[in-house]
Amino acid sequence: MRRILPYPVLTASLVIVWMLLNAFSLGHFLLGLVVAIGASRAMMQLEPSKPRLRRWQLIPYLCGIVLLDIARSNIAVATIILQGGRRGRTAGFVSIPLDLRDRTGLAVLACIVTSTPGTAWVEYNSASGVLLIHVLDLVDEQEWIDLIKTRYEATLREIFE
Amino acid sequence: MTHAENLPAWAALLVALLVLAGAGLTLIGAIGTLRFRSFFERVHAPTLGTSWGTGAIVLASMILFSVLGSRPVLYEILIGVFISITTPVTLMLLARAALYRDRSEGGSEEPPDHLADTPDGR
Repeated sequence: MRRILPYPVLTASLVIVWMLLNAFSLGHFLLGLVVAIGASRAMMQLEPSKPRLRRWQLIPYLCGIVLLDIARSNIAVATIILQGGRRGRTAGFVSIPLDLRDRTGLAVLACIVTSTPGTAWVEYNSASGVLLIHVLDLVDEQEWIDLIKTRYEATLREIFE
Repeated sequence: MTHAENLPAWAALLVALLVLAGAGLTLIGAIGTLRFRSFFERVHAPTLGTSWGTGAIVLASMILFSVLGSRPVLYEILIGVFISITTPVTLMLLARAALYRDRSEGGSEEPPDHLADTPDGR
């Protein structure tokens, strides 16, 4: 089983992408399966570290809070832009010491931080595990550290570590 | 694509609102890119367009073609997924270039340097 399907999640996602782009039919399922198995075997030759999903049940929950947070900060950033002027707003850098070490988890965290307007991933030092982000409307540094650590990092660690 | 008259009113209203919201957010993002003063502030503005700006338009497209074709059309989700997993790549490249510039020039808004105390930290 492991030899035929080295990356089951990747293979399943490729089949789903194939059927979304074409049609949900038996023919396309089989064709997509061939493509997906070929692609995941090619992936095996590259030998990337295989991410382990420990608690995948938490993924829908994570998606939910991320979509909600993104919507909320969309409104916040749009308000800042439309108000114009500076009205005492300060932008600044926040350093966050991360305990998350899993590469896939960090990649997902980068996607979350980047797609949220108002926060931008700037730099991550893998030796010390310190992440530097830039925040558009910085009021309290500790608040942002707590937000990233409790809201996203804790969930990501449960999923990936 | 010219069967829009077959669209029920509720769907037309919903689609119109979503398209307006998405386009509006993207426009506000573009205005923000113009208005902000520094590079790191500017980086935040276009994310309006890549998050719910795209999201709302994608959602509108899904509703429109699902109602018109009377079957669920979901492949637009892929647009959203691919946009949100590829933006960090561009952003990190730009941010690191700007960091390097600011640190070597020693500008007024110099970001804190964690790498200074760990010589091989990367």
